[in-house]
Amino acid sequence: MYRVTNLFKKYNQVAALSNISFEVYPNELLGFIGPDGSGKTTLFRILATLLLPDSGEVKFMNYDVVDDFQKIRRYLGYMPGRFSLYADLTVEENLNFFATIYGTSVKENYDLIAEIYSQLEPFRTRPAGKLSGGMKQKLALCCALIHRPTVLILDEPTTGVDAVSRKEFWMLLRKLKQRGVTILVSTPYMDEASLCDRIVLMQKGKIMSTDVPERLIASYPVKLYAAFGDNTYVIKSAISSLPECQMAYLSGRKVHFTMKPSHHPREIAEHLTKLGIENFRIEPIAPTVEDYFIYRMINE
Amino acid sequence: MKAFWGFVRKEIYHILRDRRTLIVILGIPIVEMLLFGFVLTNEIKKVNIAICDLSNDEITKQIIKKLEGSSYFRVTSYLTNIQNVEAIFKEGKVKEVVVFEPDFSRKLTKENHASIELISDASDANFSNLVVNYTSAIISAYTKELNNTLQGSYRIDPQIRMIYNPNLEGVYFFVPGIIGLILMLISALMTSVSIVREKETGTMEALLVSPLKPFHIIVGKVLPYVLLSLLNATAILLMSYFVFQLPVKGSLFLLMLECLLYILLALSIGILISSSTNSQLIAMMVSLVGLMLPTILLSGFIFPIENMPRILQWLCSILPPKYFIIIIKGIMIKGVGLQYIWFETLMLILFTLLFLGLAIKKFKVRLV
Repeated sequence: MYRVTNLFKKYNQVAALSNISFEVYPNELLGFIGPDGSGKTTLFRILATLLLPDSGEVKFMNYDVVDDFQKIRRYLGYMPGRFSLYADLTVEENLNFFATIYGTSVKENYDLIAEIYSQLEPFRTRPAGKLSGGMKQKLALCCALIHRPTVLILDEPTTGVDAVSRKEFWMLLRKLKQRGVTILVSTPYMDEASLCDRIVLMQKGKIMSTDVPERLIASYPVKLYAAFGDNTYVIKSAISSLPECQMAYLSGRKVHFTMKPSHHPREIAEHLTKLGIENFRIEPIAPTVEDYFIYRMINE
Repeated sequence: MKAFWGFVRKEIYHILRDRRTLIVILGIPIVEMLLFGFVLTNEIKKVNIAICDLSNDEITKQIIKKLEGSSYFRVTSYLTNIQNVEAIFKEGKVKEVVVFEPDFSRKLTKENHASIELISDASDANFSNLVVNYTSAIISAYTKELNNTLQGSYRIDPQIRMIYNPNLEGVYFFVPGIIGLILMLISALMTSVSIVREKETGTMEALLVSPLKPFHIIVGKVLPYVLLSLLNATAILLMSYFVFQLPVKGSLFLLMLECLLYILLALSIGILISSSTNSQLIAMMVSLVGLMLPTILLSGFIFPIENMPRILQWLCSILPPKYFIIIIKGIMIKGVGLQYIWFETLMLILFTLLFLGLAIKKFKVRLV
């Protein structure tokens, strides 16, 4: 679908993207995961023909994003990171508007959005600005889909949306994928990685790795342990001060840590007891994408 | 084409939904007309004047009585010396001094004419104009009366002297200025703000990735405002006719056509502003300061261009409102046809092409 080779982009001397290369396969759900400022939005804007790359090549099918941007735009469904519908138009009017500017009608492509739109139906005549966050995102998704795009580019669609709506939103994306849409989605939430077919991990404008989430996790090179306890902050600072520990960080309500080679977590437990910390428990744990990301970030 | 009309429909929704702005847009011309109309009113009441009667005879006394007898003036001081005129103006107690020359009656009866000097404080230009006109009217009414009763052909010449602002020009015809101002304001300000708003809220991103052409976006944005501005122009003309009895002497069709040309010019300036900034606030400031002030100050609307320093005169010549006001004054007041205003019309066309070209060239098909 997309082939990106050696892409570079700078903003006022600051590199936003450096040496980005990857490929998007037809009908996959590709997630771009990385913290704020890792270059996801810049990359998506280039893919959506809204920004020019400094160097490198971006091809969509056989079109070039720089020279053939008008042709590419017909195939694109793009949902910018900010809420970008008309707050003073109603739900229905927004949808109709986006259908007409793509030269189609809501009726013609209703089947594609039927499931999502049915949830919005009760608010048909409400101004879009007065919808809840989750509803806004669903409406924006409908508007991006209404012209039956080949590829859907979603820039952080779940940011600022509550946990339930987030889960729902991902379910919708899976269903859209089954209908043959290729989906590129970016997110700062690592826990959403497992919902993608493949993920691109980004950090400071560079791609860290590109793979199927399971394979990324499988490539985690060391053993990961978790420490549970009453005061995780104390446990975390205690563990990270020990010479046997390689790295330690908080993850939810537990401390994840790895050991330096030829050391055993039993040594950590002994130290913690010596320091007067009680009521803790150490277990080996299966790493997640977040653990993988942190491991790569610290060791590079 | 369907996409284009869909876009226009969306713009109309925006305008209609924003009730407050709409009321302001439609209200401005009416309020401004009434303000200007009644502030520049030709009604004066009990204005303080001073008399300097160097003759002090029967006829001058009668004229003074006439002035006092009218409801317009109140004689508050009598000067005995012409030298005191300057001082009394500086004190600001009177708006006008009426000076009768020595031997007034004798001159009038022997030589058939005598002079009255009307000196007025023209630092308040419009007002002093009114005061002088009223005084002249009273004097000429008296002269007529005198001629009827004495069967003579006497002439009293009011010698008018405006001090502090000698080249006073009538600001009477404020209607052309208001049309120029309102059209510039609504067209340029509203379009620039409405385009920049799309950039600010991020909807421009969604529009840009759509197959809509820049041309469609621009024309679609502009079209509803053209209609709105024409509506405003019509409202102003109707008001000037019905409220201020100022008819359009020339061709109404030509007038509307020139208005349309000027609206297009203002709109292209608005588009140009919007493509140079990403903030509604800046767009608004540029439109207000950059367009409204020159339209008021450097167009001949209030201050006559002929009285300006040479540099400002040149500046006026490179600003479009001057030409529009000449055109409008020509058509409305003098009733001239295109053959007298072709140069100004041509200038407006050139300005429009220039700004429209720049605007389309600067419109970005991408972000940043």
